[in-house]
Amino acid sequence: MAAQDLSLTAHLMRRAGFGATRAELERLAEKPYEELVEDLLHPERFPEVERDLLDRYLSEPFATIPVSVGIWIYRMVNTKRPLEEKMTLFWHHVFATGFSKIQNVNAMVRQVESFRRHSLSNLRGILTALSKDPAMIFWLDNSENHRDEINENYGRELLELFSMGVGNYSEDDIKNCAKAFTGWTFAQPIPLYPQGEFPTEFEYRTDDHDDGVKTFLGETGQLDGSHVIDIIVRQSATARFVSRHLYNFFVADEAQVPAWSEAPPRDPAAIDALAKAFESSNGDIRSVMRVLFNSDFFKKARYGKVKSPAELVAGVIKLAGTHTEPNRGLEAVGVAAAAMGQSLYDPPTVEGWHTGREWIDGGALNERVNFAVDELDDVTRPGIRDIVRRIAAEGGSLAPGRLVEQCVELAGPVQVSGATREAMLRFAQAGGELSFESEDAAERSARRVARLLQFIVASREYQLA
Amino acid sequence: MAGNGKSLDGNGKQPVLVVVQMTGGNDFLNTLIPYTNPVYYDSRKTVGIPEGQALPIDDTLAFHPQAAPLKEMYEHGKVAVIQGIGYENSSRSHFRAMDIWHTCEPDKIGDEGWLGRAVRKLDPEKENVLTAVNFGRGLPRALSAPGVPVSSVGDLDNYGLMTGIEEKHRMEALDIFKEMYAPAIGSGPVMDYLSQTGMDVLKGADVLKQAPAKYSSEIEYADNSIAKSLRDVARVHLADLGTRVFYTNHGGYDNHANEYPDHPRLMTELSGAIMDFFQDLKQHDAGDNVVMLVFTEFGRRMKDNGSGTDHGSGGGAFLIGDPIQGGLYAEYPSIRPDDWLYGEDMRHTYDYRGLYATVLEQWLRIDSPEIVGGTYEQLSVLR
Repeated sequence: MAAQDLSLTAHLMRRAGFGATRAELERLAEKPYEELVEDLLHPERFPEVERDLLDRYLSEPFATIPVSVGIWIYRMVNTKRPLEEKMTLFWHHVFATGFSKIQNVNAMVRQVESFRRHSLSNLRGILTALSKDPAMIFWLDNSENHRDEINENYGRELLELFSMGVGNYSEDDIKNCAKAFTGWTFAQPIPLYPQGEFPTEFEYRTDDHDDGVKTFLGETGQLDGSHVIDIIVRQSATARFVSRHLYNFFVADEAQVPAWSEAPPRDPAAIDALAKAFESSNGDIRSVMRVLFNSDFFKKARYGKVKSPAELVAGVIKLAGTHTEPNRGLEAVGVAAAAMGQSLYDPPTVEGWHTGREWIDGGALNERVNFAVDELDDVTRPGIRDIVRRIAAEGGSLAPGRLVEQCVELAGPVQVSGATREAMLRFAQAGGELSFESEDAAERSARRVARLLQFIVASREYQLA
Repeated sequence: MAGNGKSLDGNGKQPVLVVVQMTGGNDFLNTLIPYTNPVYYDSRKTVGIPEGQALPIDDTLAFHPQAAPLKEMYEHGKVAVIQGIGYENSSRSHFRAMDIWHTCEPDKIGDEGWLGRAVRKLDPEKENVLTAVNFGRGLPRALSAPGVPVSSVGDLDNYGLMTGIEEKHRMEALDIFKEMYAPAIGSGPVMDYLSQTGMDVLKGADVLKQAPAKYSSEIEYADNSIAKSLRDVARVHLADLGTRVFYTNHGGYDNHANEYPDHPRLMTELSGAIMDFFQDLKQHDAGDNVVMLVFTEFGRRMKDNGSGTDHGSGGGAFLIGDPIQGGLYAEYPSIRPDDWLYGEDMRHTYDYRGLYATVLEQWLRIDSPEIVGGTYEQLSVLR
């Protein structure tokens, strides 16, 4: 197979998933690209992550947030349905709900499971499930949104952040949207003490619902929340807003969301193409993603997007080949992502995380580099051993230039700059030719390969997907 | 007056600014409460603070009961309250409103922060990578400006690159890191930014590691995020590393629901942490060149919604410290129903850019018009 194919496959797997090992890449690249995309778009063709194994080590119903984050990262690393998991993270980015307020692990885990279940379905279904999700209802106070006293928090954010973006509706639309969602609440949960955390369920209270006539985005009637969602999904503003979110998450970093009403997209034609796919499928996310992954603008967008902490952490773990089975160490991995600025299940505010370049500041870069370097600071890690084995298989001794080239290739392939390559070359040259001829030499060589891999994950380029 | 920002105060110390951001839109009406006004109680049947609990400072206004430390500092003349602060057509979006405060650009999307621009003037030659230090996860837009070095510290006690590599190899690894992050022409804005950030961490970490080692204090800060952050500010300030601008934030002010008990908890945490911070500085004789600015992105509505309050306008900000002439500044927003904006919001009475200009010109001693985008009415708030 051509090296170009492998690099494109690696790109697809970084964006549509959380990266792939060399062995996975070689296997995946045997399929034509379009078929690979179809496999990604149809997660049901592949088995789910095995629950019983997870439950044996980390029992989720009684888990803490760090354990649940660890389990989620385990899924990102080990899932056979990478796009399903990536879309789950996408919806969590967009529909940012934070444990800081919810204070119920179970409710957060269930919300994210709902995103997973609906990951590639129709936006109408996704927004309906979202509007009925107890964590969301509590997060944006729809449980306080009453027939006689509206609380417009959910109504506003549903339009501003979850579907259309500012500038496409009036303050009256917000109020009427809020009215349409009165009575959408959850059942009184079982008290926390002494029973512990129990999930609650959506409850529709007709006695608290304002069934009066309302006008929303020009349509008038006895509108309920579900009518409002129907109207939202029909708006071309929604098609464009969702497309831009998808572009920003999967293709290239856009300006931060609040700028979207004023700053044009960086690739207007791409947004047009995605919005068209959205409209012609009446909001089917799978159809939009098919257009996205098969487009030239996607295929060309390599190594230009800043990895989120979740992507960085999962990618490094895949490279190291660790955490292929559930274990308690996964908690620490979740803590590492939080230290880089992404507390999964707990985004800072309803606007979610600032992405792109804003993932990086001194503190975050410090955490990213140290986590990645530490994860590869052990030559016995399966991923490192595999790369060492592949390099040793070339036979004989290896010149420094070839060594650097191989490391860069096998760790990605990563697209590195001249400065990075030269710095690595200087290190490689200082150690002379690489040899596996004696046991001692092989051990020394393995350590040098591991150190080069550490430099790669510490590099500027590795911060990008 | 305004110069290059190098001027010293009377004691030969550089003026230092500490910014505390209350994220989420603090409810000003429940922070400085019009406790004798019936309109307040009519409007706030659920979240209103009973007259007997509020902490009066005069016949009309009282601090929140949980803000007792703030009130105490107010009585000692160290707290200036800037009432009714805001701007025309206040945005009700957190994101946008915060951006407007950070960039001084209410009408378009700005990408340069006001403090980033200030740092550019304070340290034009980029002599000190610690001229501005942020504590917390994520760099606020206020501090970002192309080419301006800013250190952002998540964990002061573990700041430093490749600390996991054994010591005998670490220096070599750091050398390689330095080469890999060397700025190169034509590599694009993201790579440039990564280069600069990497180099700043490398330089900053070397210096910052002195701070925890040097610090000792009798003050026991509380166990919450803002107390930890202000303790970090104190540790770095006391290490005398040349930092002129500190930034940190305290989250959770978006009290649409459960304003009680959430808002009282925030008031306890924030005012307690501020009090501890200034006492810490005082004990080290290091408070006379520090001014703290506390702000939020907007105020909240007059009327509560039965559980909390929705996004509004006309908020409040605070300037705190020894150099401050305590008292009430600008006008409390009118709470007469006839004056409400959109029938539910308090009108702002003072433009936030005037407060920024005051801090920039009178405290940091740098020109403000190009930083805040024009000339705004300043306050006479410094001693």
